[in-house]
Amino acid sequence: MTKSELIKLVSEKLTNITKKDMKVIVDIIFDSMIDALKSGERIEIRGFGSFKIKDRDARCGRNPKTGDLVSIPNTKTLYFKAGKELKERVDY
Amino acid sequence: MTKADIVESVYGKVGISQKESAEIVEMVLDIVKKTLEEGETVKISGFGNFSVRKKRARRGRNPQTGEEIEITARRVLTFKPSQVLKRALNS
Repeated sequence: MTKSELIKLVSEKLTNITKKDMKVIVDIIFDSMIDALKSGERIEIRGFGSFKIKDRDARCGRNPKTGDLVSIPNTKTLYFKAGKELKERVDY
Repeated sequence: MTKADIVESVYGKVGISQKESAEIVEMVLDIVKKTLEEGETVKISGFGNFSVRKKRARRGRNPQTGEEIEITARRVLTFKPSQVLKRALNS
């Protein structure tokens, strides 16, 4: 399922809102989540799961082809942990 | 950020009420959950992909007691953030 299919499904269920507006709304939902994550905030959605940013320290890596040492800067990585309810629903 | 904060960011955007906003957020999450429950991948461009992976049964060990146990076959939900989101987080 893609975002556009998701938008289509939601508009079919809530017919009082146009599909065009629904696209704006669904985009805001994900954009607001992205904004929160960008500011380093954790997201917790009950029954769904949580998103958390973790810092990874800078480290030295090696180019596997040439063997050259390369420095890898510190990066922020995003982790998702499925909530208990969803975890159980997916595993049957 | 919680679900209530998401509802708040949507509220008033295209003339929808707080109640409608809550209803839509709930419905979006519900559809995503149901799709994943059926084992189907959910791809949100610019955000990431949620997919259900099948894991085979394997032997594990209780790290506390050292006792060997069987880890049953299961389905787990994984999320892979999109390149766009990864880049946005590191800019």
